[in-house]
This record gives sequence, C-alpha cells and structure tokens, in this order.
Amino acid sequence: MAARLAASRWRAPPAAAGPGPLLSCRRWSGARADAVYDVVVSGGGLVGAAMACALGYDIHFHDKKILLLEAGPKKVWEKLPETYSNRVSSISPGSATLLSSFGAWDHICNMRYRAFRRMQVWDACSEALIMFDKDNLDDMGYIVENDVIMRALTKQLEAASDRVTVLYRSKAVGYTWPYPFTMADSSPWVHITLGDGSTLQTKLLVGADGHNSGVRQAAGIQNISWNYDQSAVVATLHLSEATENNVAWQRFLPSGPIALLPLSDTLSSLVWSTSHEHAAELVSMDEEKFVDAINSAFWSDANHTDFIDSAGAMLQYAVAFLKPTKVSARQLPPSVARVDAKSRVLFPLGLGHAAEYVRPRLALIGDAAHRVHPLAGQGVNMGFGDVSSLVHHLSAAAFNGKDLGSMSHLTGYETDRQRHNTALLAATDLLKRLYSTSATPLVLLRTWGLQATNAVSPLKVRCSWFSQKSCSLRIDFANDS
Amino acid sequence: MWGGRPLSCGNRLLGVLGSRCRGARAQAARFTGRAEIQFNWTPQTKPWVFSDYRIMWFKSYRMTFACLSRMKIHRFYFIYLFMRDTWRESETKAEGQPGSSQVWDLIPGSGSHPEPKADAQLLSHPGVPKYPWTRLYSTSQTTVDSNEIKTFLALAHRWWDEQGVYAPLHSMNDLRVPFIRDNLLKTVAHHQPGKPLSGMKILDVGCGGGLLTEPLGRLGASVIGIDPVDENIKTAQHHKSFDPVLDKRIEYRVGSLEEIVQETAETFDAVVASEVVEHVIDLETFIQCCCEVLKPGGSLFITTINKTQLSYALGIVFAEQIAGIVPKGTHTWEKFISPEKLESILESNGLSVQTVTGMLYNPLSGYWNWSENTSLNYAAHAVKSKAQEHPVPAEFVFKGETEELRDKDSTDSTNPGVQEELKK
Repeated sequence: MAARLAASRWRAPPAAAGPGPLLSCRRWSGARADAVYDVVVSGGGLVGAAMACALGYDIHFHDKKILLLEAGPKKVWEKLPETYSNRVSSISPGSATLLSSFGAWDHICNMRYRAFRRMQVWDACSEALIMFDKDNLDDMGYIVENDVIMRALTKQLEAASDRVTVLYRSKAVGYTWPYPFTMADSSPWVHITLGDGSTLQTKLLVGADGHNSGVRQAAGIQNISWNYDQSAVVATLHLSEATENNVAWQRFLPSGPIALLPLSDTLSSLVWSTSHEHAAELVSMDEEKFVDAINSAFWSDANHTDFIDSAGAMLQYAVAFLKPTKVSARQLPPSVARVDAKSRVLFPLGLGHAAEYVRPRLALIGDAAHRVHPLAGQGVNMGFGDVSSLVHHLSAAAFNGKDLGSMSHLTGYETDRQRHNTALLAATDLLKRLYSTSATPLVLLRTWGLQATNAVSPLKVRCSWFSQKSCSLRIDFANDS
Repeated sequence: MWGGRPLSCGNRLLGVLGSRCRGARAQAARFTGRAEIQFNWTPQTKPWVFSDYRIMWFKSYRMTFACLSRMKIHRFYFIYLFMRDTWRESETKAEGQPGSSQVWDLIPGSGSHPEPKADAQLLSHPGVPKYPWTRLYSTSQTTVDSNEIKTFLALAHRWWDEQGVYAPLHSMNDLRVPFIRDNLLKTVAHHQPGKPLSGMKILDVGCGGGLLTEPLGRLGASVIGIDPVDENIKTAQHHKSFDPVLDKRIEYRVGSLEEIVQETAETFDAVVASEVVEHVIDLETFIQCCCEVLKPGGSLFITTINKTQLSYALGIVFAEQIAGIVPKGTHTWEKFISPEKLESILESNGLSVQTVTGMLYNPLSGYWNWSENTSLNYAAHAVKSKAQEHPVPAEFVFKGETEELRDKDSTDSTNPGVQEELKK
C-alpha cells in the first residue's frame, strides 16, 4: 500500500521497450520452450562473477537456476604468471569476508596477495598528514591483483557448475521487460536476446556490466555522471631495496593523488591520477624519467608555502598541547628504482551514479550502479558490498518462497546500498575537488581539517570503519542450517 | 537526487487520510472500482437492516458521503459520532438477546425478514444444518456464502497486482509463509536445503488467486489450491502457468472443501485456511472437514480477524470505508470469530491448538508485524491428534480421573480437598 503512491516508477514500462511488441510475437511462440532461469547475472567481471558465485553457494538457492553471461572468452590459466599484473585492487576486510564465504579467498591465499597494516595520506602543499592503522596493527586491507581474484572466482564457479551456468562469449543485445502485472498471454519474465539470436527468460536480471552498462541503458534508468579531467596511470614498480612493505602511501598533489600500494617486499603498484596530458606524457616517457617523476612526486616539497607551513605548525602545537600522547611524524615512502616494462597503462576517470538501483525484476550492482574515483580505493569494495546486500535480501526472499523479482525485497537492497554508496561517493568527490587546487584558503582549510581528523581518534576510526565495513555486515551463508 | 522516494512517507499519510483522488491514474481506477462495488452492494443490505443496526449503517453512509466530498473535518466529526453511537449501541446490545447477531441474514432478494417461528421449525427438522441462514442450501451441506462469491468475483483479475487492492494480502505473506514453514519444519528431522517443504502435501482452502499457494510451492511442497470462485482459479492457473517449476507442484481446483473431503480424506500434511473462516457460513462443518482431510499429526493453519469493537472500528469502518485498504464489502463483522471461540471449535474436533499469535498491519508502511495483541488479526496453528480412535471429550476424562482418585483415597478428609482442587 505504501508503494501505491509511488506507483509511477513501478508501473510504467520503460520507454526503451520499443522492440517489445515485435519481440512479444516471438515470445509467445517460443516462450514455452525456453528455460526460465531464476537469476541471470549480466557481466562476468569481478562483481558479476562474485554475485553468481555467492548465489551458487547460498544454501537457499540450492534448487534455483543461475546463469552468468560474460562477453569475453574464458581465460585459461595453467599457473600463476611470475610478473605481477598492473591492475590491482585494495580489498577491504569486509570484502575479504564475502570472498571467503564462498571459498574464493582460500584460492587467493594460495596464489598471492599482500596485506597492509598502515596507510599514510598526506598533502603536497603542507605538512598535514593522516595515518590510519588498526589497534593491534591488524591487516587493514589486502592488495590483490584483479587477475588473481578473477581466477579464484572462476575456480569456485566451476566447482558450483550444477547450480551456476556460465556462458562465455555471450553478449546480450536486447532486453524485454515485463508488464507491471500479468496481462493475457504476456510473459511475466525478463527476456534477454543474445548476440547469436537465442533468447533466455529470467525472473531476475542482475546488471553487473560496468559503468557503460547496457542493462541500465536498456531499462532507461537515469544515470548521473561526469568525467573527471583526470586519467589514472598504473604501473608495477621495483623498489630500490627490499623492505617490510606493508604500508600504503598516498600523496595529494595539486594535479591529483599518487598512490603506492605494496605487492611484495620488492614490488609496489602505482596508481597516479593526473591530468590527461600529464598522464599521456608519463606513459610515453622513458623509464628513468618516469622513475624520477615518481620519486620527486613523493618526496619533493616544492609546493610548500611558508604561510601554510606556519599555520599547520601552529595547529600542531595546539593539538600536542591538548593531547600530548600521539605524535605521528611524517614518514617517507620507499624509493623506486625501476618500472616493469610494458606495465604502464592509463585509463580515464569519472563519476557515475544510477538514480535507481532496482526496477521490477532488475537490480544493478557494481560499476553499473556507481563509479568512483580510485583515490579512496573503494570502487570494487562498494561493488562487493552490493553483492553482499543483494544476496542477503535474495536469500531471505527465497527462504520465504517469494518471487525473486518482486520489488518488496529489491527496494530493501536499494535503500541499504544507496545510503552507503551515496555518502561514500559524495565524500570521495568532495575530497577530489578539495585536493585539486593549490589556492591558499582551501589549502589552509584542508591542512587544518586533516590535522584535526588525525588528532581526533573517534572521527578517524569512524572514517576507516565506514570504508571498511562495506560488506562485513550480514553475511549468512552456508553455515546456516 | 540520488533516487529513492523522499516524499513517500508524506504521501502515504495523505493517502491514508483519504485524499485518494490525488496521484496516479491507478488510484482513480481503483476508486471507481470501489464505487462500483459499493453501488452493487448497497441495495442488497439496505432492506435487511435490523432496527438496532440501522442507525449504524446510515451513519456509515453519511461518512462515505463525507469522504467523497473530501471534507476531512466533517469526516473526523462523523467518525467521532459514529464511534460514540457504536459504543452506546453495543452496550445496550450486550444486555439484549445474545442470539440476535447470529440471525443476520445477508441473502439478497428473498422477500421478507424470516419469522422466528419459522426458524424454530426449520431448526427442529433433522436434515437442516443448525444455522438458519443456510436454509436456501438445505438439501446439501456447504460452507460457501454466495454473497461472498459475488464480492470476490468483481476483483478476480486484480489478485496479482502487488500494489493494487490486494497489496495487504501480498505483504501478509511475509508473516504467514514463515509461520507455516517454521511450524511444519518442526515436525521433520531434517530438510533439503533450498526446498524445505519438499515431500509435504498442503491444501490451501480459499486460495483466491494463489497468493499463498505459490510461495508454498516454491518452498518445495506439493500444493492443491481450492476456491469456490471460478474466476479466481482461472487467474491462479494462468499466473502459475508461466513458471515450469510451480506448474508441476501446484494444482488448482474449483469447488468447496466439502466436495473434496471424500476423495482426499487423511492425505494432507497441512491445511491452510488463511483469511477464509471469516467468509464461511458454517464454521463447525468447515473445521470438521479440515480435520478429516488432515493426516494424523497434520497441521491446520488459520489466519483470521477477531470479533471485537476494535476490529469493527478499524477493520470495517476504517479499513474498508475510510482508507480503502480493503475493498468495500469484503468483510462482515458478524462472521469474525474470536480466538477463544475458534480454539473451542478446534479442540472439540480433535485439533490441539499449538499457537495463537496476533498480527498487526501498519497501513502507512504497508507491512505486517507479529503482535501479542490478538484483538485485530491473528494466526492460529493446530495439530490433529495422532490417536487412532475418536478423541474422547474432555469432561469424560475429567470425571474418570476424579473417580480414580476417589477410589485411591478412602479417607474422608482428603476427598473434599481433592475435589476442591479438581474444581479449581
């Protein structure tokens, strides 16, 4: 009854259902022959594969049919390559809990990952810094290569092949949405047309096909997005000397943040977000100049001004006076010796957020729902958080015998995740804008703000808790009877 | 900005207060639908108003008129008048004849109000069931009320609109399915993951459009759904035909419970009669039939509405006439049954009552909650005894015990003490 008055969105078939009438003729004739899947996940990336895996291992989905559609070919991997991949992700403890709930984390542990215990974030224009760590120096997060995660997920999907079917090289080219409620002879399911002409029917379509989501466009869901005037350069770096490499470093330069993420004792991964021109320059310059640019980006104090320095020092004395216990001196990251050949790549950055995450029989997860700047390392963690929440709601619905595509539990997922993601997206965007300038008032503001946050432990703990809790709540998988 | 429904809370409140004409077209369609039903319903009941209820109905028409004219202040004033009069009349009624409410007659078009003498003659006739309003069906026992059929017929195609007239029933599934599922799972040692109810045979009496039948089918049970309204079965059949899994697990039949008792005696693990017993005519027969089709040890699940002042005020006046949560004419207060009365009927038919819990509907959020209070809606779970012979009535057992005790204790001093204890 509550939704009666917000009925317009739930009732209206989207404008993009143009091919509907034509397809409906085909539907009627061929409908009975198609298998009806319970859930189809469109997009086999990190988040989509994790979704299919989580459903496949969920105890209440044991007699349900799940399908994963992946446009690319199946990656065959005999053994772990020696060279590290340049695309890595920072996995929060909550995401690690999700991955371990269906057994993928064990595979990752058997391959390779790096835990980091501390994170230092500091400004290029002042001495202000903030240091995150956990009380007992527990692992704050894990740096894992994307390929390793994908490999672990693929292994688990193969092990669950009786419940989850994976179709490689299948790209969905058309979607047909059901009418609001059953009309004579119109199928209540979502119809998906694949590139080879075959059709599938499903009770729930989960869109996990990236920030240019075809599912989202076909559903006509409004997407608020803009491109940042920044591109990210990634590379694998060799350090000058082996260290106990368990700190993640990030420095905010006026052109954008530069981050060094530990991969092993001698290797680190670089993520440098900077303007398009500078990024293109960095990728094409020769190795020595590139290494020098990185080292000076981390070490140089060229952007410091006396005014800011003295203002910062003043606040620092005040803090030390009120709270004499903690003294965090700025540490310097390890110096870089060389870069792996052919590991320098750039990709553009932007922000995106879908106005609605759910429609009847449709849910968006991962980058299809939200796209964020990598400065906080939260992109894939938000996606895993979406997976965790949606699987929780679907599992409860399946145990109650509900129709999986029903809006009543899908809106629960949407509310859950929009609350979390919107806050994180807004905060990340704000940080990005705040640190993109070297105008004195803003530098002063952010210097004092950063110092204050570093000093006030509850606030700091709250920030790190929020970014790490992405999906540590509500994981109830196969352990339930 | 990021989506969600920022105005929905306010909108819900306004909707409840009756500004139904505002908003989506669906609202308007629903409104006219209700008006149609109201129009069909009024001629049937007006001539049959007893004098002591006439004022109540007249006032309720005035109130609906007030609704239609959208004068909120008048509406609240009429509600106040109405509640005051109801309270007064119920007090006077309590002192009057206890049987007067039972002879409420809703059968349309049959001329005049029945004479008390004629009723007595009919009642004494051996072939006639004991409630006078079944006299039109005196040749066969049935619990189906033809008037109820008409009400449901008008809405037969609206069952599966989750935001439509049956929205409260859809959201009631969040309570009733776990209630049935958990109580049935207690009777088995272990269950298959994913299909917790597999292997169970369930009968859904008064299944309507299959709102409760389908979730039970999805949980693995084989379900038979019966309903006296042909259109309902057609809708239910059509809806399940798209899902190959449900198509195999669920079977729908038109008819009443009495018609299938013979062929399905003692075959069901569970019988579900949700929101049904407030629509049947002869509850005693209905419960008897439920008991007959249950296996020994099988469960009977009933959800219904209590017969209290509050259920009249909220369940009929507010829900049907003011807020439109329930379509007009769906319920008649006289057919509501209190949990105590239901329990006594169940116990006297050999069903031992395990649980009775209250349910509460929040019209603003659209969700149901369990509650300690059973004065509005409630759910009951009863289990058929596993004993082979006909269950012995309680008083005989009681007397047998006292006789045994008297035999044991020959001294006079302890006997009165024992008898006093037993009397307590």
